Amino acid sequence: MVKVEFLGPIGKSPIEVEASTLAELAEILKKDPEVAVWLEQSAVAVNDRMVESLEVKLDSGDRVSLLPPVCGG
Amino acid sequence: MVLVYDGPIDVESLLSRWYTAEHNSNYGAMVTFVGTVREENGIEALSFDIYRPLLEKWFKGWKDRLEKEGALLAMAHSEGDVPVHTSSFACAIFSPKRRVALEMLDAFVEDFKANAPIWKYDVIDGKRIYAAERSTPMAGSGLLAKG
Repeated sequence: MVKVEFLGPIGKSPIEVEASTLAELAEILKKDPEVAVWLEQSAVAVNDRMVESLEVKLDSGDRVSLLPPVCGG
Repeated sequence: MVLVYDGPIDVESLLSRWYTAEHNSNYGAMVTFVGTVREENGIEALSFDIYRPLLEKWFKGWKDRLEKEGALLAMAHSEGDVPVHTSSFACAIFSPKRRVALEMLDAFVEDFKANAPIWKYDVIDGKRIYAAERSTPMAGSGLLAKG
């Protein structure tokens, strides 16, 4: 199982899903309307490393974070 | 390490602490930036969420970059509510000569706005409203919307 956490204003509790790549995870998240609206504008980290490819492999116990648009200061 | 305050930063003691820690270290310049919450659009405060693991990584990248220039970086940010006319962000750059500190401060604050994992909310009538229109998608956003 992969843990998915939704940071900042997404305001959704973490979920656990079966996915072996980010591409598979994307398909799962697109089906959740509460999350789908954030996907276009969110960056992605796997185990606290920013990633930029859907080919990234996921192992059981990995943690994926969705980071919506930021504004510090 | 980023100093994270629960609520407003105690600016006076923080700046004094930074100055006191480094004024004997032979840096010729200390340049600071302090961000203070303005009263506008009926807000009573701003509020912030921080994702600390990635904030630390982002900050370390900048700290290392500045170290190569012989400069030292320090930063503090608030979590939770920060009322108007109090401060939520402070940073300082120390460098042997002023030019590096002045130029890097601008570059650092610009990147901070675009890539530090911090989320801002307006607080109006006690309610927290995400500042969506003032926020910037981080580099690489939209990955999971592809395909």
